[in-house]
Amino acid sequence: MKPAAFEHTAPAELNDALKLLAQPGAKPLSGGQSLSPMMNLRLVRPTTLVDIKRLPGLRGVMATAEHIRFGAATTHAEIEDGIVPDPTNGLMPHVAHGIAYRAVRNRGTLGGSLAHADPAADWPSVMAALGATIITSTSRRIPAEGFILAPFTTALTPGEIILAVEVPRLPPGARWGYCKINRKIGEFAKAIGIAIETPRRLLAGAVEGPPVLLEKLDDIPTRLPHLDAAAQRLAGIAVQRAIAMMES
Amino acid sequence: MKQGVGAPITRKEDDRFLRGRGKYVGDIQLAGMREVAFLRSPVAHGLIRAVRAPQGAMVFTMADLTGVLPIRAPSALPGFRRTDQWPLAQTRVRQVGEPIAMVVAGSRAEAEDILDAITLDIEELPAATDMLAHRAGPPIHEGWPDNVVLQALVDDDISDVQAPIIIRRRLRTARQHMAPLEGRGVVARWDSRLNQLEMHTSSQMVHVTKTGLAECLGLPESAVRIISPDVGGGFGYKGILLQEEVAIGWLARKLGGTPLRWIEDRREGLSAQANCREHHYDITVHADRDGTILALDCEAHVDSGAYSAYPFSACLEAAQIGSILPGPYVVPRYRCKTWSVATNKPPILPYRGVARTGVCYALETTLDAVARAAGISPVELRLRNLPGPEQMPYLNVTKKIFDSGDYPEALRRAAEAVDAPGFAARQKAAREEGRLIGQGFAVFCEQGAHGTSVYHGWGIPFVPGAEPCQARLTPDGGLELRVGVHSHGQGMETTLAQVAHEILGVPVDRVQLIHGDTALTPYSTGTWGSRCAVMAGGAVAEACMELRRRLIPMGAHLLQDKDAVFADGAVRAGAASVTVAEIARTFHRAPQNLTEAMQAQGLECTVGHKTVRDTGTFSYACHAVEAEVDAATGHVTLTRYVIVEDGGVLLNPLIADGQVLGGTAQGIGTALFEEMPYDTGGQPLASTLADYMLPGASDVPDIEILHMETPSPISRFGQKGIGESGAIGPPAAIVNAINDAIAHLGREVTDLPATPERVLAALA
Repeated sequence: MKPAAFEHTAPAELNDALKLLAQPGAKPLSGGQSLSPMMNLRLVRPTTLVDIKRLPGLRGVMATAEHIRFGAATTHAEIEDGIVPDPTNGLMPHVAHGIAYRAVRNRGTLGGSLAHADPAADWPSVMAALGATIITSTSRRIPAEGFILAPFTTALTPGEIILAVEVPRLPPGARWGYCKINRKIGEFAKAIGIAIETPRRLLAGAVEGPPVLLEKLDDIPTRLPHLDAAAQRLAGIAVQRAIAMMES
Repeated sequence: MKQGVGAPITRKEDDRFLRGRGKYVGDIQLAGMREVAFLRSPVAHGLIRAVRAPQGAMVFTMADLTGVLPIRAPSALPGFRRTDQWPLAQTRVRQVGEPIAMVVAGSRAEAEDILDAITLDIEELPAATDMLAHRAGPPIHEGWPDNVVLQALVDDDISDVQAPIIIRRRLRTARQHMAPLEGRGVVARWDSRLNQLEMHTSSQMVHVTKTGLAECLGLPESAVRIISPDVGGGFGYKGILLQEEVAIGWLARKLGGTPLRWIEDRREGLSAQANCREHHYDITVHADRDGTILALDCEAHVDSGAYSAYPFSACLEAAQIGSILPGPYVVPRYRCKTWSVATNKPPILPYRGVARTGVCYALETTLDAVARAAGISPVELRLRNLPGPEQMPYLNVTKKIFDSGDYPEALRRAAEAVDAPGFAARQKAAREEGRLIGQGFAVFCEQGAHGTSVYHGWGIPFVPGAEPCQARLTPDGGLELRVGVHSHGQGMETTLAQVAHEILGVPVDRVQLIHGDTALTPYSTGTWGSRCAVMAGGAVAEACMELRRRLIPMGAHLLQDKDAVFADGAVRAGAASVTVAEIARTFHRAPQNLTEAMQAQGLECTVGHKTVRDTGTFSYACHAVEAEVDAATGHVTLTRYVIVEDGGVLLNPLIADGQVLGGTAQGIGTALFEEMPYDTGGQPLASTLADYMLPGASDVPDIEILHMETPSPISRFGQKGIGESGAIGPPAAIVNAINDAIAHLGREVTDLPATPERVLAALA
């Protein structure tokens, strides 16, 4: 379980990184918590890894009255520990705390998780529910809700990377509920339910495809027709429990 | 502070472990070391047509390994069919992951590049993947009529039994991986000065590995040295001679000095190496109206995998089912038929608890169904069927001798701890809130440290004899203990020092335990079968007693008083005394002060130990669990876990607790998480830890351990083997709690692990 040979480069400037990433076989490396296991299994064989996690702009946050912009290389642990500000009245730290285990959270990044686009991961669902905007290296602003097109497939074009994620502030005291159904703490989700009070949002995630915003709980069968009855049922339970948590 | 037997001192070895200074095979660096990787079969069953290696690469197949014999672990049990497990496959592969070729390169990554470049032409054959469906064939071994490795029958015709309650269950336990933190690993080189293969390998039985390796390589045993440094968990996984060890041993000798290294990676461990636990039971309990067991009838299958693993063989698991299925109970009539079935999966290997975990699960869950049918509580049913303390030592239906204890009392204490009488009211109240909670019990006993008389009848490659210890007093009064067992989590560097302290009074920190090296320690079958506290503990005591017998006349001579006695680490005559350290210094550095006879006798001895009767100590325990079942998702949460354990006299209660806690965590894995599924083509479906689910810290509740300490009448200090105990009870107790929670719905879980999917299926 050792990767095939590859070049590793850590350019200092974004433009240099983007040039390298335009080459065939190049892949961006951020926290590496999904990429490196796949490389070790030789399921992925990039010729060049372009280390982007220390690039200017990918670290750090910018806050305005309306939102907080997180550098793509912000780690789960930084969100969990409150090292970066939280615009969500506790939702983001709560979610970060439940991602994998601490060693993964120390390295894994917000942008990496979104770009990897595993539907069973936490951030794709959470960012969609929060109405976050993904800002890319081509200056595109992509709503998180439409960012994942299919499992492991995003709206990013070849060579394009996520620079930052802009998360709108929830109103002070905003209530929310989060339910991740999984085999044990830290595992990938079998179903995710998110409920946010204001603005009212309901979301079903980990649904073998992009997360789905719902008007109401009863929408699940019509909005998730590709899921079998058991998975639809589980999605319903997750959303229901998220609502219960929000209202408790 | 007291340091001897029974003292709860912290572990000596933890200083290096907690500082990350343990030394494992993977930490060994030798100059010029090269890395080995193995080309492994991608199919479960197939015929190798060709292996084409890239130009210039160092690639070896079985055709290159001239003079090397296959690994053979036969059994003398009638009807046992032998398998030949070649270090590298000859023409036929019988499991995914079976080694086909060995490559050498400067790094593991480069070695894997070579593996990528090898062209393997293999003709896939249909795979036998289910022990029930494929028992009759088609056979996976040439010349066999079917896939039965061994069929055994404990035959008491019970057709005349007339029972008002007859409960039959068909149950399955999942195939598991043992998943020690450290996998297997080998660092080997040929020492041309000693004309000897020196192999570091992560093993719990170095001497058995040496014997097996010497036989396969055609070398005298003096030409093989096995060293097992710190080992990150054994559990049975390190108690097997590996094909990789044989292949690397051959190559190290051929290369004549170049050190070679192979470190098993997690995918190799999960998909290619030995598995464990896969049983199927068709069990029937015949009981009287009041729940008294009248007879037990069972047909059991063990999925033995493709080969008989060395040294325990493919017969151990099923033979154990036949002999221990009656558990701790009074079972008047008993019939059990077992089949060990060869399939296209990795060999099955005894994992902590061996067959006891499955057997306990089968019997205890069925007994709860009997209790429900009899309309009595699970506790009451068990109290009616356990032998009482007045019956000890109790000879059970399969001629096991339960040596001591009060089994019903263990159950009563557990029941009291979890307020069993008050549970029905709590359960009812919870149901009214829409919650499903249940309570479950499991009672079992564990035979440990069983010896020659138990094993010689099986005719497997080893039989334990007297367990040896070599003890040596050094000139400065330190004590060196050399033992052939291996400590890898058991804390023996501490407990055996405590035993020595008990006899000789040498401070624990002046006792050095030397283990895990065939060149430095006496021959032993090693660490397995919950035997070391009893056998190595007894051996250390005997060796120290022999030293004491020699020290007394020396001390008396130095004190010039023939009536001198040994007490508190010194030979004493009235107010005068001479310490062990002073006598040792005299012997080594001023021998002129001792007689010629004393000088000749020395302060070093090797002594073997056997228990009074070698049929084993019987520790026993009751696990009591409360669980909540989430009816919507099928998730099970353990809310209470109490263990009442009788390990006899505990050499060190802290370490005994650690053993029980660690085993229980593994048992929780068996109960709720761990499963190595295979598809119908024989492909393993959990080849990474993303798919093979192990319990984490948050899945293990606070476990309360209550000790009883009934001394064993057969061991040196009254201690009993409990190393496997924790891993035996959890599946039975947890599933009984689940079933108690859902029994009012008329539902039961039957197969392990009790995953959310299985619980939901039971509820559907």
